[in-house]
Amino acid sequence: MYHYDEYDHALVKDRVAQFRRQVDRRISGELTEEQFRPLRLMNGLYLQLHAYMLRVAIPYGTLDSRQLRKLAYIGRRYDKGYGHFTTRQNLQYNWPKLEETPDILSELAEVEMHAIQTSGNCIRNTTSDQYAGAAADEIEDPRIWCEIVRQWSTLHPEFSFLPRKFKIAITGCEDDRAAVRVHDIGLIMKRGEGGEVGFEVIVGGGLGRTPFLGKHIRSWLPKEDLLSYLEAILRTYNMLGRRDNKYKARIKVTVHETGAEEFTRLVEEEWNEIKDSALKLPKEEMDRIAAHFKAPSFRVLDAESAEQEERAARDPAFASWIRHNTVAHKAPGYAIANISLKPVGLPPGDATSDQMDLIADLAEEFSFDDVRVTHGQNLVLPHVERSRLPELYDRLATAGLSTANVGLLSDIICCPGLDYCALANARSIPIATQLSERFADQGRLSLIGEMQIKISGCINACGHHHVGHIGILGVDRKGEEHYQIQLGGSAAEDASLGKILGRGFSADQVVDVVDQLVDVYLELREDDERFIDTFRRVGQGPFKERVYATA
Amino acid sequence: MPLLEKRDEGAAVIEDRFARIEDDGDLPGDGNLLVSLERFLSDKDALLARAGDLGVWLRSEQTPQELVGDLERIALVALDFPIFSDGRSYSSARLLRERHGYAGELRAIGDVLCEQLGFMLRSGFDTFQMASPNALEEFAAIAREVQIVYQPTGDGQATATDLRIGS
Repeated sequence: MYHYDEYDHALVKDRVAQFRRQVDRRISGELTEEQFRPLRLMNGLYLQLHAYMLRVAIPYGTLDSRQLRKLAYIGRRYDKGYGHFTTRQNLQYNWPKLEETPDILSELAEVEMHAIQTSGNCIRNTTSDQYAGAAADEIEDPRIWCEIVRQWSTLHPEFSFLPRKFKIAITGCEDDRAAVRVHDIGLIMKRGEGGEVGFEVIVGGGLGRTPFLGKHIRSWLPKEDLLSYLEAILRTYNMLGRRDNKYKARIKVTVHETGAEEFTRLVEEEWNEIKDSALKLPKEEMDRIAAHFKAPSFRVLDAESAEQEERAARDPAFASWIRHNTVAHKAPGYAIANISLKPVGLPPGDATSDQMDLIADLAEEFSFDDVRVTHGQNLVLPHVERSRLPELYDRLATAGLSTANVGLLSDIICCPGLDYCALANARSIPIATQLSERFADQGRLSLIGEMQIKISGCINACGHHHVGHIGILGVDRKGEEHYQIQLGGSAAEDASLGKILGRGFSADQVVDVVDQLVDVYLELREDDERFIDTFRRVGQGPFKERVYATA
Repeated sequence: MPLLEKRDEGAAVIEDRFARIEDDGDLPGDGNLLVSLERFLSDKDALLARAGDLGVWLRSEQTPQELVGDLERIALVALDFPIFSDGRSYSSARLLRERHGYAGELRAIGDVLCEQLGFMLRSGFDTFQMASPNALEEFAAIAREVQIVYQPTGDGQATATDLRIGS
């Protein structure tokens, strides 16, 4: 992974000192909350329903054990002993004290971390494929480019006051685990006609009140031109994006209102002016950063492991975990191991400090000191020898971390909702925990197979309900929490936006309704069809009929 | 409202040598004037023929495109920040400096807060009209408090990449 050099360290240190002075000025009363607000929002500090919330950047979701232990320590020392992993591969602390936030940032800086640009109308943490560097079908490790974008976007003088927040995602695979089609900019690494690696560029995707899938604006871009092309897109957006209405200020609306073709023309015109500027990446710098992401020295192993197979044959729970939580690795004899943060009955994405410490130990012992955060709010040990999976599983089980549900119905993406968030209309977490309780049976979960439920507590869609196979949206109906259901969304390479099923349901009906939707699917599915495939084949009709006939 | 001009270290308070003329105001015979883009476009010949220096101010939604042919005869471009969160003028500033080679005074006006100064300096501004009575102290304390930069802009500051590869 990337390690800071003296320049990266110096910048973060200066930024911490700057924020400390700002907090001091707030505490002394020199700044009012109104004046302090834009300053704290440039550093990931939100004021929520009950307390401040600090969002820490985890660049492209990559951590080493030292960093994860620091996050655990901060949770214990400055918060209530836990942290919450978000859909943007970041971590949120829900209960920090204002006067201690500069200390938290100093602690983070010691391990090459920060909270820069985790809020505000600027370029946010660049996200990526959680299997980067391990996935079998990867063209190139996308984190090299995420790091290059991280540096370029950090305190960018021209793009720190954009019309609205701006999110970039990069993937190196055809299989899209980074949801690149629902980001402001999505980049897919691709080979050009001559075989050289570059990027396909997608612009203007996003969720929120008006969801859009991104538009392809360039089929191939040479690597060394990445920053000049991004600068051309951002400049076009900065000057053209709407500032009269925050709900129409994201680039998705700019692209929609300008027209994708015209927007592309403007970007290309701007790019022609700057592509041969100092933004062209020198080869030395590309090589320097790439060297940080060199693959670890994998041992030469047989593809199959007798230890794994022997244990799976006699232990169905382990077999389920292997089946659902591990994924093929590019190196023979290795697996990618997912750690579910979606245990039955607990809030999705939370990890206690003790769990973080354990996972840090496991990363060191089993996975070349490498941990990943997924946009699905789970963690990953990317490089584990198959023969050691039984031992890993047992160690995870001691801390309640062996839930075998990755990609299954109870692996729910969920926003913090009305339990924490000042914007929410309804609670999200209780719906997620009730669903995980209803669908706790491993046999039934496995039978249902791949299923993505995504829950948002308001139309801002932080829980990505538009792209859930089943999306659940909390709304306020005459002061009561109410939930709309949508079906047919996907954030993957087959991206699509869900359609609203019909009138909504009360909190105590939602779980029964999901149960009915699952029943309809199980009755209608053909062969190995996933829920989303059955839905796409048969449409809303049968689902609607069942749900509204009995509701 | 103090008007600050950047120096190698910190800044200095300077006198505003331009008088702002409304769009329907009469043109005085001499003296340095600051006019809107609309006034500039409608009265260009008269304005450029005058003895004094000419400045043009742009609202944040106006691009510098229409000034391009006349930049050599314009001594001041003032770019407005109607509210600090409206960042369009950063792009206009960079275009003026880096694309159109504008070498005159580039002034930030409007809601100019000390926390923006670092970004403004890097985008090519050299004077700053600030509401704060402590603007000079704030400038000294804050404008360059983050010293390392990653982005090449027209200000010539060596980026982290430049420092790494020793160019």
